[in-house]
Amino acid sequence: MDPARFFAASRLVIVAGKGGVGKTTVSATLARAAARVGRASLVVEVEGKNGLAAAFDRPDLGYDPSEMWSRGDPPGAAVVSARALTADDALLEYLADHGLDRVSRRLVRSGALEVVATAAPGIEDILLLGKVKQIERAEPDRLVVLDTPASGHAITFLRSGRSLIDSVKVGPIQTQAADVLEMLTDPARTRVLLVTIPEETPINELIETAYKLEDEVGVALGPIVVNGVVPDAPHTDLSPAEAAAAVGVDLSNDDADALVAAATFRRERAELQREQLARLDAALPLPQLHLPAAVATEIGRSEVDRLATALLRGLESLPDTVVTAGESPS
Amino acid sequence: MTSEHLGDVIAASTVLISAGSGGVGKTTTAAAIALAGARSGRRVVVVTIDPARRLADALGLGPGGLTDEPQLIDGPWPGELWAAMLDTQATFDALVTRHATPEQADRILANGFYRNMVSSLSGTQEYMATEKLHQLHGDPRFDLVVVDTPPTRNALDVIEAPHTLSRFLDHRLYRMLVTPSRRMGRAVGVATAAFVRTVSKVAGGAVVDDAIEFFRAFEGLEDGFRQRAVEVAALFREETTAFVLVTSPRRDTLEEAAWFAAQLRQRDMVVRGLVVNRVQPRPIDGPADRFRTMSAQHRGTDLAFLCDTLVEQCVAADHERSQLDATVAEVAAVSVTLVPILGTDVHDIGGLEQIARHLVGRA
Repeated sequence: MDPARFFAASRLVIVAGKGGVGKTTVSATLARAAARVGRASLVVEVEGKNGLAAAFDRPDLGYDPSEMWSRGDPPGAAVVSARALTADDALLEYLADHGLDRVSRRLVRSGALEVVATAAPGIEDILLLGKVKQIERAEPDRLVVLDTPASGHAITFLRSGRSLIDSVKVGPIQTQAADVLEMLTDPARTRVLLVTIPEETPINELIETAYKLEDEVGVALGPIVVNGVVPDAPHTDLSPAEAAAAVGVDLSNDDADALVAAATFRRERAELQREQLARLDAALPLPQLHLPAAVATEIGRSEVDRLATALLRGLESLPDTVVTAGESPS
Repeated sequence: MTSEHLGDVIAASTVLISAGSGGVGKTTTAAAIALAGARSGRRVVVVTIDPARRLADALGLGPGGLTDEPQLIDGPWPGELWAAMLDTQATFDALVTRHATPEQADRILANGFYRNMVSSLSGTQEYMATEKLHQLHGDPRFDLVVVDTPPTRNALDVIEAPHTLSRFLDHRLYRMLVTPSRRMGRAVGVATAAFVRTVSKVAGGAVVDDAIEFFRAFEGLEDGFRQRAVEVAALFREETTAFVLVTSPRRDTLEEAAWFAAQLRQRDMVVRGLVVNRVQPRPIDGPADRFRTMSAQHRGTDLAFLCDTLVEQCVAADHERSQLDATVAEVAAVSVTLVPILGTDVHDIGGLEQIARHLVGRA
């Protein structure tokens, strides 16, 4: 399908997955890929630890958005911005909107939100999602990419709207929760992209999360992003001795063994990966987008750009019918 | 780099805490360390947190066997291996019951705010993990307690864990809720009152009533909990308590490990072990130049393909090692163990034994 169409299908893309699968890298990659096909994007990090800033070669991100990639780089590309939200900041804004004075602000700064959040769990999440909703509404032409908190907490995070509607029957928080839920369950506004790596435990968790998100939150799921895919390994069952003999080279036994060890390692990884990807495909009727394993252990702008190229190529090879606005994939 | 073996660290410890970012194999490493302990003849209990299903099965903690109470796992080792799974709520409830009078305990356990606190206050899971550690440390059935820690957003939650509750109870808002406002500064009293009014307006009055009821019910109990926190914190500093940091070669997890090690040092705690999982194996020991040359001389042939595969792995391994070395130096752990990428997840005790051998093996 046309990548531009893919990125135009919703206004908010929520990136979720188990810790350690590269959610932040994928968020940065999606934002950059969208911008490269002309759609301005904003990546939002919540309760982050500067992982997103590092992906853009920046020391840190602020509450206010800042530009990560300028427009016209390369020609035709739109701007990529990023910002980091915290529940405390969102609460301060909320209190300011409700006319509370400066001393109350000091209370918030002293950690009062922790006590309030304990009294009404989910309130921090709803404050954050409420802020995301405001951002999403502010500029409909811009794609908002939300990098969700780590530690398997995506379901609780996204379910907070529904839970609060049940527990808090009246008042502004109830209205806020209802608005957030409306945004999350409208496929023309929100899609969730689940991220995994081609390994057993993360895939098991992803399958579980996918069903829970559809059943308990009612979100539309986009394609699954599989991060860290190693290229297929044909010809790794070749015999080094025969390959050497064919070109008239005399290999030492040690060198032949080393070549076998290297080829075997690569083949086994590729086989294991194939098995896991097939299992994922059988368990979830969602298309997969594969991102190559990073060459470096650190992710920066050049790596993100390289991954964006791979992502755009992957999108082009998806069938046109896959994801269009207003259509639930299941 | 001279470094002790993790096996020596395990042998010298009575408490071992496995800490690190999510997704680095922390739980599996904790279980493998426990198994290594049992293989060396010790009576070990491992407390896991939310283990993947297959690891739970391997530890006899599958559906039905999933319990807070340690279960003995049969196996051909000279020592004993016990496994338990952390149940935050059961541990917290037991703690309240022990410290409070029966009527007080009933009031607290039935309180909505308390229930929320157990399930959602950040750091509670870490807090209960250290509580469980303290409890099992005093249990004569075991001579080594291995504790896995939750995949935390902030590694500090683990070391600050014993103080989670006292810190919460020390909060100004709590003081305000239980103390008549005239005893506090007037401006503060007025501001907090306004804040509480807003909270009731925003989230409903029942929420505030529940909180006030909880804090009143808890009155008089703080000292016991504070004393307990001091004891657990002291246990962290004991010579026979080992922090083992688990990480992967990914930069973010390495940074997290280095940062955590610095935090521990500041608090006079020693990092006894650093375990790096998922390390890229290097197919040869020396330089890969001759394979590079061979590939260039026979471009396009099967031999060149095989050589390229080997060279690629050497380059990746070297790059990874150069990144690792900086962190390893920064963490300054007593022992450093590199575990190569393994083909599959742990499905049974056999898989766990394979990891245990990597952890304590003398290569």
